[in-house]
Amino acid sequence: MSATYRFTLNGRTAEVTGAPMARLLDVLRRDLGLTGSKEGCGEGECGACTVLLNHEAVCSCLVPLFQVEGASITTIEGIAPDDKITELQRVFANEGGAQCGACTPGMIVTIKALLDRHPKPTRDQVREYVSGTLCRCTGYERIFRAVEVLTGQRPAEGESAAPIEGAARK
Amino acid sequence: MDHLNAVGRSVLRPDGLAKVTGRALYLDDLPEEGCWHGATVRSPHASALILSIDPSAISDPDARVLTAKDVGPRNSVHLIHDDWPILADGRVNHVGEPVALVVAPTLTRARAAARAIKVAYETQKPVLDLEAALLGDPRTGGRPHLLSKCDVERGSVDAGFAQADVIVEGEYSTGHQEHAYIEPHGIIATPVLDAASAFLGVDVVGSLQCPYYVHKALTYLFGLGDDAIRVRQSVTGGGFGGKEDYPDMIAAHASLLSRACGQAVKIVYERQEDIIATTKRHPSRVRHRTGVRRDGTLVAMDIDVLLDGGAYITLSPVVLSRAVLHAAGAYSCPNVRIRGRVLATNTPPNGAFRGFGAPQSLFAVERQMDKVARTLGLGPFAVRIRNAYRQGDITPTGQILKESVSAIAVLEKALAATRFSERFAANESARAGRKDDGEPLRGLGVSVFWHGSGFTGNGERRMMSKGAVRLRSDAKIEVLSSSTDFGQGTEGIFRQIVADACGVALDHVVVHIPDTAAVPDSGPTVASRTVMVVGGLLARAGAKLAETLRTFAAHQSGTAPAAVVLSNGFFETERGRTPFVDVAKRYLTLHGPLDAVATFEPTPGSTFDEATYKGDAYAAYGWGANVVEVEVDPDTYVTRVTKLTTVSDVGHVVHPVMCAGQVEGGTLQALAWGYLEEMKMKDGRFLNDRMQTYLIPTMADTPDMETILIENPTAHGPFGAKGVGELPMDGGAPALLQAIENATGISLSAIPATPERIFEASRTQDRT
Repeated sequence: MSATYRFTLNGRTAEVTGAPMARLLDVLRRDLGLTGSKEGCGEGECGACTVLLNHEAVCSCLVPLFQVEGASITTIEGIAPDDKITELQRVFANEGGAQCGACTPGMIVTIKALLDRHPKPTRDQVREYVSGTLCRCTGYERIFRAVEVLTGQRPAEGESAAPIEGAARK
Repeated sequence: MDHLNAVGRSVLRPDGLAKVTGRALYLDDLPEEGCWHGATVRSPHASALILSIDPSAISDPDARVLTAKDVGPRNSVHLIHDDWPILADGRVNHVGEPVALVVAPTLTRARAAARAIKVAYETQKPVLDLEAALLGDPRTGGRPHLLSKCDVERGSVDAGFAQADVIVEGEYSTGHQEHAYIEPHGIIATPVLDAASAFLGVDVVGSLQCPYYVHKALTYLFGLGDDAIRVRQSVTGGGFGGKEDYPDMIAAHASLLSRACGQAVKIVYERQEDIIATTKRHPSRVRHRTGVRRDGTLVAMDIDVLLDGGAYITLSPVVLSRAVLHAAGAYSCPNVRIRGRVLATNTPPNGAFRGFGAPQSLFAVERQMDKVARTLGLGPFAVRIRNAYRQGDITPTGQILKESVSAIAVLEKALAATRFSERFAANESARAGRKDDGEPLRGLGVSVFWHGSGFTGNGERRMMSKGAVRLRSDAKIEVLSSSTDFGQGTEGIFRQIVADACGVALDHVVVHIPDTAAVPDSGPTVASRTVMVVGGLLARAGAKLAETLRTFAAHQSGTAPAAVVLSNGFFETERGRTPFVDVAKRYLTLHGPLDAVATFEPTPGSTFDEATYKGDAYAAYGWGANVVEVEVDPDTYVTRVTKLTTVSDVGHVVHPVMCAGQVEGGTLQALAWGYLEEMKMKDGRFLNDRMQTYLIPTMADTPDMETILIENPTAHGPFGAKGVGELPMDGGAPALLQAIENATGISLSAIPATPERIFEASRTQDRT
């Protein structure tokens, strides 16, 4: 029943042997150790498991493994190269876009796909594109604002600061 | 202390970068090599006797099964009253109640074994809602099954009604609400075994709000000493009260299984199991009878608060207390009587949910104020401004509001920011002559509300929480408390508070993870107490530590201690300044580690009598006003919230961006409870037990928000800060219903205001 699938994962070639109907989310989290994508509902409703499949935001809990053969997958771990962070991530953190953080990986990945299409999105474009990713903490206002700060449509409210030691558990 | 370098700044939260890069490790992200997996067999019935539990069909040789008889003599979640079984013993009282546990080396095998267990039940007639509960419960011999009661009285309502020009009556109801944190519940329990594999204790890590609650529950369950149980919090993906009490249950399950199999045991709920099994917001029915003078002045309020507690007592007595204490709203009235009761039903226990009873009773009083305004022909804002608390006013418990009272300030600011009275009146007159042309109907509504910070009455005095700081060997000041961060930003604000309390730079302060083996019991992370109460303890502990170092620095430099100042990371004297780190390292070399602890100290002169419910119910109150703007489709009655304006006074704001985030996120939950989130139930089972059917707001449902913070400091919190977590949950729903009424003329007294409910009301009432 198992088969071997090859695809590009975060810019590198990946090879996974597994059941064709294995959920991509499980392959990423369990087999490949990429735990950034979260399972919030397991039915494509909350968007916490969102990854980019050929540059489209998809819920990885709904993608069977066989479907990624030959495809390009980007997860939250691959948004920024190595240990760096992107400007999107930095501004998102500074402007209060993340509270509990459980939706944040899916949210960042989705917003990246949005910005690839609309480099300076209106709030309604954000609403439409990102509405498949649920956040229960922020009321979304700080997420809208983070996108607006990032794209030069609003001044920053949060202070930019160097990473700090301590409670950021790894 | 008067020189603030950290408090008031929107600095990057300590866990921010780990969260935006996906590196933060939540429970289900932790390594699970060697972990066995737990599964739970649950009752399909709301009320039934358990006739037999038969595991004989399990073929897996490694699977272990536990039932009530394996739990031991203390088969209850040790919370307030010990009536909540860890595993049902002989009977079940709600759908989803845990009946048996299974553990196996893999999750698939654990689930397969759980499915093979056959439980035979004899069903009984359940009590499924408040209406039925009032008629009586077979569990209590046919009488209403009272879980808790709480009464408050001030003045004489009879005398008040005698002075009233008009008496207005109303009845209001609210439904269940699911927390819907994005990360479901999860616990890993690792047994501590001796050489002969005897069970000595357990090490628990989990997604939870209150490590010492879990610690207390497990020491009770196993009859072990404090040191035998260790509880740590993993990065927690949201709580909202939902991870206050239920982690006790899951930790008990995982720990019992770990004792049975001798392995670490992991239990992570899938979303459906999480919704079916865990606690919800209490449904409510509140009745008001209000006496007013013609000019709108309140003279008597008679209020009856009824909550649906679900199957067991859990936290209901405390939820009821807060509901009752907030039931008369942010309004002064000389004659008030509030009667509160919680009744049992055969539904999952209702527990803590942001606001903790206050949103229910504040929804009712705010809608009642709208009805009073309508009855008198006054604007909804006029009645509110006339009666809202001023400094020096007296609450129903007889508390004199001596400081930090902002009801009028937040209300006036909200009205002015939205040009409320003008636009409200324009909508009212537009409605009169409108033809149905399919265009959306526009309306706006206002609410004003209060929320007590910290535990009710003597709660803090009983808890006697501790907060500590420690000068580590690397000269960092480490914050030690059991207050958890499950999104609110606890870690970051504690750094800010301690940095300024000590007089050091932010990067000199780090926060220890909540771990019962390493931090003192600062009480649970609930009740809007983290900033004001625990932050206050940490500020005092920090000041003590700084004082020791300052005295040391003075001694070292041969100056008088009074001539040395520690500010922004430097010890300053007339002769020059020395970096904090240099002095700290010298101190460590000579004296070793330095700890400072602060224990809760009640405000002198402040008393609360729990027998009569008289006195100072809360040390300080947050104040809020909401203006909600809506468009209602005239044909489908679908409501869209188009704009939200909030004005909040939570005292001195520690972190403006995170504070605004609390207000915005909380208010969206409140609005959603008001019109979107509906838990339908059939035969005691939640019908919408998935994210596809239980709808929480998406970005598409979310209005633009204007968030205004005004700062009226309190003497009871660090640097004047009050609590912020729960206040935002209190005013969204009533303002939304007033907005729907302003748009459509249809007055609702129950939430959620679904299109069906608006349509139903449109057929049965004369439009205003």
